[in-house]
Order: sequence, then C-alpha cells, then structure tokens
Amino acid sequence: MEKIPILKMGAFLLVTIQVDMHDRLAMQLQDDLTERIVSARARGVLIDISSLEVVDSFIGRMISNIAAMARVLDAETVVVGMQPAVAITLVELGLSLEGVRTALNVDKGMLLLQKRVANAQPGRRR
Amino acid sequence: MASGAGQIILNVFAKHDKELLAEWVQGQLASASLRSDLMRESELREQSREFIALLQQVLPSAKLDRIEGEEWTPIRDFLAGLSRSRAIQGFSPSETASFVFSLKQPLFSKVRTGSTDVQKLADELWIASVMFDKLGLFTGEMYQKSREEVISRQQQELLELSTPVVQLWQDILALPLIGTLDSARTQVVMENLLQKIVDTGAALAIIDITGVPTVDTLVAQHLLKTVAAARLMGADCIISGIRPQIAQTIVHLGVDLQDVTTKATLADAFSVALTRLGATISRNGAVA
Repeated sequence: MEKIPILKMGAFLLVTIQVDMHDRLAMQLQDDLTERIVSARARGVLIDISSLEVVDSFIGRMISNIAAMARVLDAETVVVGMQPAVAITLVELGLSLEGVRTALNVDKGMLLLQKRVANAQPGRRR
Repeated sequence: MASGAGQIILNVFAKHDKELLAEWVQGQLASASLRSDLMRESELREQSREFIALLQQVLPSAKLDRIEGEEWTPIRDFLAGLSRSRAIQGFSPSETASFVFSLKQPLFSKVRTGSTDVQKLADELWIASVMFDKLGLFTGEMYQKSREEVISRQQQELLELSTPVVQLWQDILALPLIGTLDSARTQVVMENLLQKIVDTGAALAIIDITGVPTVDTLVAQHLLKTVAAARLMGADCIISGIRPQIAQTIVHLGVDLQDVTTKATLADAFSVALTRLGATISRNGAVA
C-alpha cells in the first residue's frame, strides 16, 4: 500500500503530495503526520503540492484538517508550490483554505515557518 | 430546374458573355459609387471577368432561385472573398454589394433582346432579379461577417495587450489595469499575474486601478478574487489608484475589502511595499 513519505528537516516536517489522494491515503497521511509531529516534536509542517495539477474540495478539506490538527499540536502549517491554474480554480470554487498559510516554494515556506515559530510565544496558543 | 425557365439568361451568359463583361465594366466605371481611389481599373476588370466566368460555369446546372445550393458554392466563395478584401480595402457595404447589383442592368438589356414574348420576358427578368437580389444580399452579409471577425480579433488582442504585469523592484510586481474589469478580463489578469509571480518569485503585487473607470460590486468581487488567488500563491496584494470618488462608491455599496491594503496612489503603495519587505531608500546626494 502506498504511503506518503514524511521527511524531517530540522524542526519541521516536509510532505510532498505527488499522487492522487483517495480516502484511505488521506486518512493514512493524517495518522502518520500527527504521529510524526509528536514523535519529532515538530514545530511546523510544510505541505508541497507542486505536483498537483488538480485540487478539488476533498483535497482542500484534507489540507485544512491537517492544518487544524497540527495547530492543536502547536505546529504551524504552510502549503507551498501551488500551481497558478490550481489557485484560480480554488478561488473560483470559493475554497479559501482557511487557516492555512501559503508560500511560493519550499525555500520561502521554510523562511515563513522559521519566522512564525520565532515569533510564537512558547506555550501560548495563537 | 423547370425547362425553359432562365433559358434566355443562360443563353446570354453562354453566348454574349464578352459583351456583357464590357458593358458591365463600362457601367461600373461610370457609376457614382466607383471608388477609383481604392481599387485600380485593372483589378475591377479582373474581378468582373471572374464573376461572369463563374456564373457561366455554374448557371447551366444550378437552380436559379436557390443560391444556397451546392452548385452555387464557387460563386459564394468568390463573393465571400470579394467582400472580405473590399472590407479591408475600405469599401462600404453598399459599394461592395453594388458590384453584384450593377450587373443587373447590362444583363436585363441583353435579356430583353432575347425574345419578343412579353410573358416570357417578364418571367425571365423576374428570375434574374430575384437571383441578383439574393446574391447581392449574400455579398452584404459576407461583408458584415468579415467586419465582425476583425472586431473580435481586435478585441482579443486588446485583452492580451492591456493586462501587462511589470516588475517594479525585486519581489514587487505592478499590475496597472486600464479599462473595465469583466469576468473574461479578470481571468486573463489572474493568469498573467500568477504566472509572473511564479516566474519572479515576487512577494508583493500592487494592483493599480487608476485606469478602471467604474468600480461596482462586480468589479470589487473580481479584484478580491485576484487578491485571493495571489495569496494562495504566497504573494500579498496592495490595491492602489483609489480615487476619492471610488472610495465613496465602495462605502456606499457596502463593499467589504476585508484586510487588503488600499492606497490612493501607486507611489504610496510602492512605499508600503518596500516597508513590508524591510527595505529602505536613502538619499545620498543627487548625481548630476
């Protein structure tokens, strides 16, 4: 069974979504990610969707869920690599990806995470 | 085709085509609607000759009252091409259609000599008249169509030309919008902007609406959509060029600009952008 690999980069986790997500894969990802955030004491999660040419409401909801779960575990989520066509579709569909920060690429995403983590007061829920 | 109907007409085209051509060209050259400034006489002769040759070719096997028929295709193609080229040359629709109508007179005068039977003559002339009316109208319609093609092509070009995205500074893009913002244009604007964000890795885009004449709820919606799309790509937007009148309209209409920064001038927006990026400009003394 395929699993989406989760890489650790310093205090952050990097997830690259390259395949079409279906229910089981999404659930698996949520399980693995929450597990990993705890075990690695991660402060941030970077979700790279640069390989996705189509993002539907299912994936949108999944990303929002992951961000919410991560926040409960005191980790920030940043989505990177959104393709222009995908951004336009999401806007047209009215999916705003509430509570999820976005950045152009992994570099910028990392910078963003580092800034947010530095600004966050320890132990305080934002 | 009923036997006999149109027989005299066919005869004229088969036997007297050269005289017909000569008389017709004569008539066109003498006409008040001749545009010798737009077309040379030799070209006019050539077009006339070709038209008569086509009629000679098509008429024997065609239904004279149905020009939509397949046999008429070469003539329809010829007339479509003629309308198109005359439209481009600057002829008016009437001048173009009168190319066809002016053939009536020489044809009628030839038909009149083809028989002494008054009833038959009346029938033939009527058939010829109807045929030419239809051809002339077809020519007029083709003219319209080619004009419409030009307009829609220009519209497309205008759409593409009028949404440039320029880089003002490192990481700062500017998007000066000129003209009304409808949904088609918004689509083009969004695509251009997002592509440029990807290409330059810009973090800020300034959308200047000085050139947008009216801002109503629809336009505001389109602007907000563009901002949302840019944000998804990791770039924030500042809207500049808000004229005092526009500010009033926005409030009166109850448009909610949410948390988008808005400035009156591009210069102010640029200042804000620089500050956001943590850049400053210092003046060291002008260089002559």
